[in-house]
Order: sequence, then structure tokens, then C-alpha cells
Amino acid sequence: MNWKRSLIGVGVAVPIIGLLAFGFMRDPRAIPSPLPGHEAPAFDLAVFAPGEAPLARKVGDTLRLREFAGKVVVVNFWASWCLQCQDEHRDLSETARAYADRPTQFVGVLYNDRTTLGTRWISEMGGQSYPSVTDDRSRAAINYGLYGVPETFIIAPDGRIAYKHLGPISSAVLGKWIDSLLTLAPRADTTAVADK
Amino acid sequence: MMRRVMVRAVFAAAMAVPCTAHAQSQSSATSDANIDARAAAISATLRCPVCQGESIQDSPSELAGQMRAVVREQLVAGRTPDEVKAYFVGRYGEWILLEPSMTGMNVLLWAFPVLLVIGGLWLIAVVVRKWSAQTPTPDS
Repeated sequence: MNWKRSLIGVGVAVPIIGLLAFGFMRDPRAIPSPLPGHEAPAFDLAVFAPGEAPLARKVGDTLRLREFAGKVVVVNFWASWCLQCQDEHRDLSETARAYADRPTQFVGVLYNDRTTLGTRWISEMGGQSYPSVTDDRSRAAINYGLYGVPETFIIAPDGRIAYKHLGPISSAVLGKWIDSLLTLAPRADTTAVADK
Repeated sequence: MMRRVMVRAVFAAAMAVPCTAHAQSQSSATSDANIDARAAAISATLRCPVCQGESIQDSPSELAGQMRAVVREQLVAGRTPDEVKAYFVGRYGEWILLEPSMTGMNVLLWAFPVLLVIGGLWLIAVVVRKWSAQTPTPDS
């Protein structure tokens, strides 16, 4: 009779402990995104901040994702009211400049903000090497499954999202991903190239 | 005679135009109300990404409002409620659904409370039966 009780006790306790262990090993703030490995949603967005030479684009130009096929594209969602965006600004701007002669394209997407405030913020931050675009009614943000800002998406030369970064991104992470993806031939598998 | 017929025809046509317009506007209003109701029902099932456990239907945040607009636009474009939800799941993952779907590992989430209740009832039944078996009768 005792071994039966023990067996029931173990049978009940083991799954509960397993469930708790599984819960404790996960970061409750981490929300897995289904986007990496899939084709990046297309966008056609108008430039409001031109960036600086040699990466500059004219204000009013439309940046289309499809025109960057074959390049590593870094899409960074930001806002002037976002404090964490200040932390990553220099890293993004300098990395974009460092890779200017490689097949890369950096795009800043202003999220739920006014372009006048965005332009002033860029000026206060000492400029931005790459262009920023407006996202009317946050359609691109929703298409990219945005939770908040800053968020950065790194798109492989074959058009698939290779990596999604929540929070401020560093030049080390950017460099690691861009270097990995630049060595890849189009249509190669990008999901196992580098980890977070 | 011919003239009278023509006058009647013109009168009938003149009457028919506003009636048709009225019917069309009424039907359009009904259709709008129908889409609004369906959009609200779908929005109530989608989690607001920038809120704490609120649906996009209940949240006053800007992003929630923009997501509600996307839901409505997709319904107007002829997508079914399941297709609209699938669009958001494709962008945000299952997390976007306030109630997880009953597929894959999610089945465990739904089954666990039911199994817990069944197990509890079984335990109570066993204990009560044991107690009643052990309780001495007045005769004994």
C-alpha cells in the first residue's frame, strides 16, 4: 500500500516540479517572435530625415524594402520620446557609417511620433548617418509585430528576417549579425547563423 | 393615352430613385454596423502589446487604436475573423491571443485545470469513503 502512495505522490509531484522548473528557466519578459526565418514584411515609407553622405536620401523619397534586395537591411524603430533610443543611437549611426561601402542599408522608422520632434531629436543627438522614414498609422510597426521602441530587425540578403532585437542594440551585436549575413549567399539558411 | 403612360413612367422613375438611394444607405449602414460589431468581437480577443493584460478593444493606447483600425480594414477587405487573427498571430505569435488556441502544447494549458479538478474530486471521494468506513457505528 505504501509504495502505491509513494508512486502517486511522485506522479503528482514530478510534473508540478517540472512545470515550475520550466517556468523559472524562462525569462517572463521575453516574448518569442514568429518573424525570424520568415520573409520581411514589405514597406514603402517616406524619408523625413535624410541622413548624411554617403548614406543620405532626399527628404520625401520613398524607401522600399524591395529595392534593397541582396543587401543586409537593418530596420530600427525609434521615437523621440523613447529614452532607451538614446542609448543605441550612436552605435547604430556609427555602425551604419562603418559598413557604408558594404551591401548594407540602415533605415530608421519613426514610431508614433511627429516628424518635427524626430528631426529635432536627431539634431540634438548630433545627427544620424542613415535616413529615417515616417510610418503612417503605424502600419509597418504592426506588420513587424512591434511591442515598443527601440526594436531592431536585421534582414538577410535573401529578404528574410534573421534577427529581432528588443531594446537598445549595440554595435557589437550589429557587427556580429551583419558580418555573418554578408558571408551568406542569397537563399541560404539564416536562422542558425548566430545566436542572441 | 400614350402621354398619360409616359407621365406615370416618369413619376414612377422619379419615386424609385430616392427609394433606391435610401435602401442603399440603409443597407450600407447595416453593413457598417455589422463590420463594427465583428471588428469589436475580434479586437476583444487580441492582446494589446503595450498594455498589461488588456485587449486592443479595451485599451485607450495609440497602438491599440491603430490595431483596431487594421482589424476593421481587413474585415472590409473581405478577410474572415480567423484570417484576421492569423495575421496578428503571424506578426506577434500566439501571445497576441488573450485566450490561447487549443492546439499543440496549449492543449495542456486547457487540460491541466480540468485534470486538477477531476483529481481533486477523486481524492475527496477516496478520503470520504475511507472516513465513512472507519467511523464507528453506535451499535459497534
